[in-house]
Order: sequence, then C-alpha cells, then structure tokens
Amino acid sequence: MLARLRQPWTDRQATWRLGAVACLVLLLITLMVVFVTVRAWPMLRANGWVSWLGPGGSVDDQLGRMIKTGQDPPDAAYHLRAWPLVYGTLLTTGVSVLIGLVFSVFSAIFIVEFAPARVRAVVVPAVRLLAAVPSVIYGLVGILVLAPFVGNHLISPGRKTSVQNVVQLDGTGVLVAIVVLTVMIVPIMIAIVVDALRAIPPAWTEGAAALGANRWETIWTVGVRAARPAIVAAAVLACARALGEAVALSMVSGSRGFSPNPVDGVTYLFEPIRPLAASMVENVDAMNAPAVKSSIYAFALLLLLSSLALSIGGYLAKLPLRRQGLRV
Amino acid sequence: MAATAYEAPPPPPSAPPRPAPRRDAVRTWKWSHRLAFGTCWACGIALGLVCAAIVVYMGVRGVQYLNPRLLFTRPQPGLAQSTTGGILDPIVGTVILTIIGIAIAVPLAVVAAVWVVEYGRPAPLARAVESGIEVVAGTPDIVIAIFGLAIFQLPILAPVSFTASGGGVFGRSFLAAGSMMSLIALPLVFGAVREGLTAIPAHVREASWALGKTRVCTIREILLPQVRHNVATGAALGMGRIVGDTAVVVVLLGATLQIERQGSVPILGDLRGTGSTLTSYVYNASPAGEGNAPQKAYAAAFVLLLIVLFLNFAVDLLGRRRKETRA
Repeated sequence: MLARLRQPWTDRQATWRLGAVACLVLLLITLMVVFVTVRAWPMLRANGWVSWLGPGGSVDDQLGRMIKTGQDPPDAAYHLRAWPLVYGTLLTTGVSVLIGLVFSVFSAIFIVEFAPARVRAVVVPAVRLLAAVPSVIYGLVGILVLAPFVGNHLISPGRKTSVQNVVQLDGTGVLVAIVVLTVMIVPIMIAIVVDALRAIPPAWTEGAAALGANRWETIWTVGVRAARPAIVAAAVLACARALGEAVALSMVSGSRGFSPNPVDGVTYLFEPIRPLAASMVENVDAMNAPAVKSSIYAFALLLLLSSLALSIGGYLAKLPLRRQGLRV
Repeated sequence: MAATAYEAPPPPPSAPPRPAPRRDAVRTWKWSHRLAFGTCWACGIALGLVCAAIVVYMGVRGVQYLNPRLLFTRPQPGLAQSTTGGILDPIVGTVILTIIGIAIAVPLAVVAAVWVVEYGRPAPLARAVESGIEVVAGTPDIVIAIFGLAIFQLPILAPVSFTASGGGVFGRSFLAAGSMMSLIALPLVFGAVREGLTAIPAHVREASWALGKTRVCTIREILLPQVRHNVATGAALGMGRIVGDTAVVVVLLGATLQIERQGSVPILGDLRGTGSTLTSYVYNASPAGEGNAPQKAYAAAFVLLLIVLFLNFAVDLLGRRRKETRA
C-alpha cells in the first residue's frame, strides 16, 4: 500500500486523492450539522421546536432543575424558556456591531486617506495586534479593570440598593460586555473595510478630485460609497464573531440569565446578562445530565445555523463588488 | 508678397492664467467636513491608545507578578494564591496543543488549496470546498468544540480520549482538542496558501508543462517551493489562533489543573489525557473561574500575550521578506 503511494503519482491519481482530502471539509460540515441536530433533537421536540426561544420563568432555575432530572428524563424535564440568553446575545451583538461599524468606517478612512505615513506605520500594526490578542485577555482586562471601575465609580450605592432584591450590580453587565465586545470586533471590521477602500481604482477618486471635491468628499462620496458592500460584509462577519464569543463575555457579562428591561433607565446599562455562547461554556460541566446536554446542543444548533446564514449573507453582500471586478 | 508671404500662425487664444494649484487645506473645508476629519483622527488615535493601554497594562502587571519560579513549577490545587504553584503545565499544554493542531491543519490546508487552485474540477465542487472552508472559518469556536465533544464521545473513538472508570467516554484529551483546534487554524492556512498559488503567474506552470513535467510534478517541484513563505505565514497565523482559543480547551481538554496521564504509556498516555493551556488557566484563575488568583492570571496572560506578539511579529517578518524577494 505504502509502496504504491510512494511511486510517482499520475495526474489522474493526484486529482482523485487531493480532491478527496479537500472534500473532507464538506463532509465535516455535514457531520457537524447532523451531529448537533441529532443531539439537540430531544430538547427541541419536548419544547415544541421554537417555543423554547420565548420568555417564561428564570432560565437559570430551569437549567439547574435539568441537572437533577436523572439519566432518562421525561419530556417535561426538558422544559426551557431561553429568551434571556437569546436576548443577551442579540443585545450585545447588535449594539457592539452598530458602534463598531461607525468606528471602523472612520478608522479605515483615517488609515487609508488621512493618516501621515508615520502615524499609519503605528496604527496598522496596532490594529493587527488588537485582532490577534486572545479573547481571554480582553475578558481578563474587562473583569479586573473595567468592571471594578464601573462598579466603584459609575454605579452609585443608591442605585445598587434600589435593585438589590432583583440583581446584584457589581460592575459586570451590559455596558462592560458591549465595550469589550466592541474592542474585539472592531479590528476585524477595520481590516475588511481598509482592504475594500484600497481596492478602489484610483481613477474613480481622481475623477472626484478633478471635479473639485476635497479629500473628505472624495473618500466619502466615492470611496465609502463604492465600498458599501464590503462594509456590509464586515458587519456580517463581525456579527458572526460576536455571536460566538463565549469566554470573554462569560467573564464580563455578569453571567446571569437575566433580561434587563430598558424601562429601568440608566440602571439598564449595569444589569447582568448572559449570551448563549457564554451559557454553553459555563454549563459544559453539567453535561452529564441528558437534558442539559440536549439544551446545550440546541444552543449550538442555533449558533451554527446563524453563523451559516451570516456566511451566506456575507458572500451575497460582497457580490456587487465582485461584479465590478474588485477583488475583495 | 502679401499673399504668399509666410504668415505667422495666430497666437493660441490666450487662456486665462491658471491659478497655481492650491493645497487642499483642511482650513478651507466646510465645518461638517472638518468635523468628519476630526472624527477620523480621533478614531485612529483611540485605536492606538487602546492597543497601547492593553499591551502596557498587561506588561506592567506581567513584570510585577511573573517570576522564574512561577514558570517552572507545576500548578497545585489550593485555596491561597501562595500555595497554588506555577504555570508550567499550562505552558506545556499550550505547546503540545499547538503542535498537534498545526500538524493536522497544515497538510490538510495545503492539499485542499493545491487542489482548489491547480485542479479545481469539477468546478462547482471546488467552489463548494472554498465556501465550506469559509463556513468553517465563520463557525464559532464554541460550536466547533461542542461538535468535537459529540464526535469524540462516540464509543468507537474511546481509545483517543480520557475514559471514566465506569467505561463512559469523556471525549476529552489532547488529541481530541488538537484535532478540533486544527479546524480553527485550517481556514487561515488555506487562505494564505491559496493566495500564494494564485499569485504565481501562469507562464511558470506552462513553462514546466512544456518541459514535459506532469501537473503533479510541477506542483511538487515548482509551485510548492514558491509558496513556502505563504505556508509559514498561514501556519503562524493559525498558531496564533490556536494559542488564543479558550472554548475548545475548556470543553475538549477538560481544563484540568495538571496534565493528567491516561494509562501508563509515557507520551501516548499524555496525549490521551487531559490538561490545560494558558488561556484556560487565565480563565479559571480570573474571578470568573473557580481558583480566584488574579495575580497568576495576570502572569499567565502576560506569557500568552508575549507568545501572540511573537507570532504576530513572525507573520510581519515573513511578509516583509516575501516582498523583498519579489521586488
């Protein structure tokens, strides 16, 4: 067998062998969807497919009860209403992507158009480094620096006592989670937007400049407008990253299955949440209980399907750029 | 004389003297444009400041709490920070996991990239593979980790992972975590190699074919040596991602304090056993985890940041060298 492999390959053999290895990726994705769906099945069936996404009761209590339901739980033991977790994911992802979008477009314009060469030589590696810093370090800075600061200086004792029967305000919560998540996704978005702005043919911007537009008008009306699809794609990719961010958010989000109410005013910013991905990491130890396990796989299925949808969305968003012949 | 005499051509219609090109000075802009200009500068400076703040802060804390003894002693369970030992096992775990992950990812990614760029037939299948790899890149690491748990808990894969005394398969080991880590590194290596292969001009291949070399031979003797830089860049990027990933370690490696051997065979047993990496150590030592030891979390995070900085630097260096050789 080995001797046959060691002989020089013919082209036909090589096509087959390399192709087979490459197609393993497709097999793997199929396996991923199948396995996660099969494991999530009992919980989905018992909860009526989608109604577990709705609100109702405390999700932490429900997960806690699942642990005690034994090795062969009845359908009733799978009862779960995970709205607070879904809400936490949507809130952190949505807000941080919106903030990040504005920030990254301006930063990308700065890098491409306004920054003097010397400043650029500092900012570009800084962005690259920020993108490479492990999420757990952001989480550590968040929980040991930002959260105590918010807890000691921004939340007044009166505010803490006003809600002490419902939640503890210790600094970790919506605000810190969004700040940390924004810092994590901005470098990714900047990289994509900068690439798109650089890919714009110089003739387009020169045309605008020749018509008397100043540098800002040129980059804003021609550059950013032409790069719009890439900006959408950046937002989509950042969404995928933010959805799946587990560890950093588990550290700084306050880690309670609680859905803050915007009616609370400023207190809203300090109330704890917990996104889906963070719940998965934190409940991994409880996976011996089949009900918990099935629920975690259901969360995984939700994240997997969302990220699949976002991948497709990102591809579709970039199509107009490809049609114009820009390589993005 | 008058008719045939040479008549000087009329002077060109005198254009109004062009104003000297003025520099596009920000001072002359509308206030809204100036505001936007200022915002851009503010964003750029903020980026630099955030980056500097994180690096400097982690550096100060790291230097403050890191000492050689910490690096070379094994972690111990304990209540007080003074009794919990060092971070030797997490460092060893990080190294083992990175080696396993990259050793699986690089060959797979190179083969896939070569096939997609050089053969790529049937074309729809090649495109499907490309999009498939993009999908893998977009999948959250926690989902990959949970999927890995589902795979490695199959009884058929019991030999590669930690087994409970009752015979239950935990699905947690260095091998399990490493193979899932390879999925996280795969898209980066693939992207880098594909980039390198598409950048090689077609006449290089055609010259090789014209000399009677087969496609396989061309790939092995001509193309692969040329994309060596790209493979190295991709591998360094992938290593950075593997080193920095926490979710896979927490789920698939067990994040136990020490490297626990499964069975008695020295190396194989370690690979089948559980352990931790720097990331999971930081996570567990932070106030969010069980062992509340912020000083050691800072020290471990500093080591982690140094590794990532080094890999980042390596990528930079590789890129620069490639540009020089091209020019």
